[in-house]
Parts: sequence; C-alpha cells; structure tokens
Amino acid sequence: MSGKPKLHYFNGRGRMETIRWLLAAAGVEVCLCGSLLFQQVPMVEIDGMKMVQSRAIANYIAAKYNLCGKDLKERALIDMYVEGMADLNELIMSHTFQPAEKKEQHFATIVDRATNRYFPVFEKVLKDHGQDFLVGNQFSRADVQLLETILAAEECKPDILAKFPLLQSFKARTSNIPTIKKFLQPGSQRKPRLQEKDVKRVMEIFH
Amino acid sequence: MAGKPKLHYTKGRGKMESIRWLLAAAGVEFEEEFIEKKEDLDKLCNGGFLLFQQVPMVEIDGMKMVQSRAIANYIAAKYNLCGKDLKERAWIDMYVEGTTDLMGMIMIIPLQPADKKDKHLALIIERATTRYFPVYEKALKDHGQDYLVGNKLSWADIHLLEAILMAEECKADILSAFPLLQAFKGRISNVPTIKKFLQPGSKRKPQPDEKYIANVRKIFNV
Repeated sequence: MSGKPKLHYFNGRGRMETIRWLLAAAGVEVCLCGSLLFQQVPMVEIDGMKMVQSRAIANYIAAKYNLCGKDLKERALIDMYVEGMADLNELIMSHTFQPAEKKEQHFATIVDRATNRYFPVFEKVLKDHGQDFLVGNQFSRADVQLLETILAAEECKPDILAKFPLLQSFKARTSNIPTIKKFLQPGSQRKPRLQEKDVKRVMEIFH
Repeated sequence: MAGKPKLHYTKGRGKMESIRWLLAAAGVEFEEEFIEKKEDLDKLCNGGFLLFQQVPMVEIDGMKMVQSRAIANYIAAKYNLCGKDLKERAWIDMYVEGTTDLMGMIMIIPLQPADKKDKHLALIIERATTRYFPVYEKALKDHGQDYLVGNKLSWADIHLLEAILMAEECKADILSAFPLLQAFKGRISNVPTIKKFLQPGSKRKPQPDEKYIANVRKIFNV
C-alpha cells in the first residue's frame, strides 16, 4: 500500500476538497486516514513528504500530473483563474458559518460576485478562444477548479448559470471526463456540503 | 517600451509588498502607478484592466496579471527562485504559505476595531512564536545550511525575511528565542539586491499610518 497519497482531514469539504478534486481528476487513488488532527490540516502524505498548506499541496499535485499548462505564461493564466475561483469558493464555503442575521446579505454577496465578477470572466475566456478548456486547449487544474466552483455555486442557487451558456456547456463537457465523472458519482471521495448541524462540531475542531 | 514591470496599487504595503520584495531580490527594476483615490481604481476597472476588478495588478511580459499569488508565482519561477525540482518547489510553497498566513494577520491590524487590537496583536505574537517561527528555526537547524531550501536563495528565504521584519515591527524582540533566525535575518539582509531594497530611497513601503488607512478605506470601501 505504499505510494498512494494519504489525506488527513475531518470528514468534510473545507480546504481539502480542491485537493480531492485534483487527485480524482488526475486519476490518483488515495488512502483515507480518518480524522487524525495535527496543528495544521489539511495534511497529505505524498511521495515521502508530509505536506501542509492546501495551496502548496494543490500546486504539487497539479504540477506532478501535468495540470499546470505547458510553460510559464500558461501557468500564469491558470494561476490567475484558480486564485480568482478560490476567492469565490472561499466566499461560498464561509456562508454556512455566517451568523443568522448576516446570512441573507452574505448570500446576496455570493450571487453578486459569482454573476458579476467571476463567471463573466470565464464565460468570456471560453467565448474568445472557442476551445473546450480554459487554457492552452488542454485540460488543466483551472478546468477542475472551475467545475468545482460552478457546482458549489449551484448548491447556493441552482440557476446561477442562467446567463452563461458557455459555462453550462463547459460544466456538462467537463463533468463527462472519465476521471471526473467517476468522482461525481456516489461512493467517491467527494464530500457533501457542510450541514448546519455539523457547523458547531467543525468550529470546535478548528477554533 | 518592453521591459520594466509596472505595478498598480496604493502607495503602501498591502498585498503588493511581497511582490516588490521578490522583484527587488531578483534585481528587477520596476515602475509603479499609484492608486491615490477611488477614481483611479474606477478608471482601471472601467478600462477593463483588472480581470476580477481587483488590485494588485502587474503589467509584465505583455500580461496584465492579477491575484498576488499568481503574480508572485510567475516572478519567482521566471527568476529561478522556485527550487530546482517539484519537491524543492513543494517545500518552498509550504514555507511561503506559512509566512503568507502570518503576514496576512499582521496586515489587518490597522483594520481591527480599537477594542480588538490588543487581542489580535497578542494572537499574532503567539502564532509567530509558537506556530510559525519554530518551523523555520527547525528547518535551518536540521540541515545547517544558509538557505531554507536546496542550499540556494529562493522565494522562501525572501518571504521569511519580509515576515521577520514585519513581526519585529509588532514586537522588537520577537526573535529572542530563535538564534538561527536571527543569524538568517542578518545573512539574507546582506544579499546585495536585498540590502539595496532595505536602504532608504528604495521602493520598499513603510508601515501604514492613520492617514494611509483612512484613504485605503475610502478607495476600497472597507
């Protein structure tokens, strides 16, 4: 059983979910380790390293499995897109932790940012080059991240892609990539959205 | 007029400072265009120069790059400050993310409400001395080399020095329990490009003052 990356985290999305997506998209089998906690999680045991910091982990996996573009400039574009989406993802993830009186306003912010700041950018990128993938006519971590973010946004508002036809077809197309299709099926390592009832437990773990 | 990168930001540290450090350490001359009022930001936004309507933005090699991490990644890779292979890069990334977390906490001190400032500062000092600095002290101790990764100056070293100096602005003797970090600080400060950046007249920005913060609040509506 050597070789398989080992994921340490609690049993939810949080900062590990993007890493699960990347590993799944690259077709890498993982070993699950229950809920061992260290001073810092996520932690991933991979290639003899105990890696922490979700971005460092994601960078390593993406580079190892050639999901980073073919040169520095493609990587630059991919990084810009990925960071933008990480901001939106973070906003969405933090919704569950908002105090009750702020939830409605926060929800409005999510929808506003998604539909006015982020999704228009990616719709335009796809429109401008007419290709299937965001960067370099090749599957990259930007595509994985965009699909993850789209699905998270749709959990907030199911018709959030109403004005973005190219993102809709992107979603369908990317969901059909065999490794991703497998990840989207029940029984995969993909985690469900955090439920209200679990918020208290998670906050106890991390605070 | 190919050549010099152009930085678009306010005339202060914020999320651009690490990029200034990186360019300076790599010996790259750059220009800056400062956002001094809201209209300056609006102009950039409306002109379609800001991919996500945000700064930092750096014009470099024909691109208008945004997202501070993406910009820093590109510069570090271009100027060979990323280690020699994927594993060295992994360590550099881990170290940089740690110092990013620490500096992120320090950066928002001026934005804390007055009654929370002391508590926030105490948390920073605790995190610096029990979570972050011990990691770097140990890394240096374990391999006994001058630099954090691969026996060569990398982004991780530059970023750590920036973080140390910022932390010392919070508490002057914050490195008292970390002899190797003290030596590291002395050593890295003497790298010629970095030494130059640390001198008056460089593009390094000072700590934010009340006036700067008030202006930032106005420009960014925070």
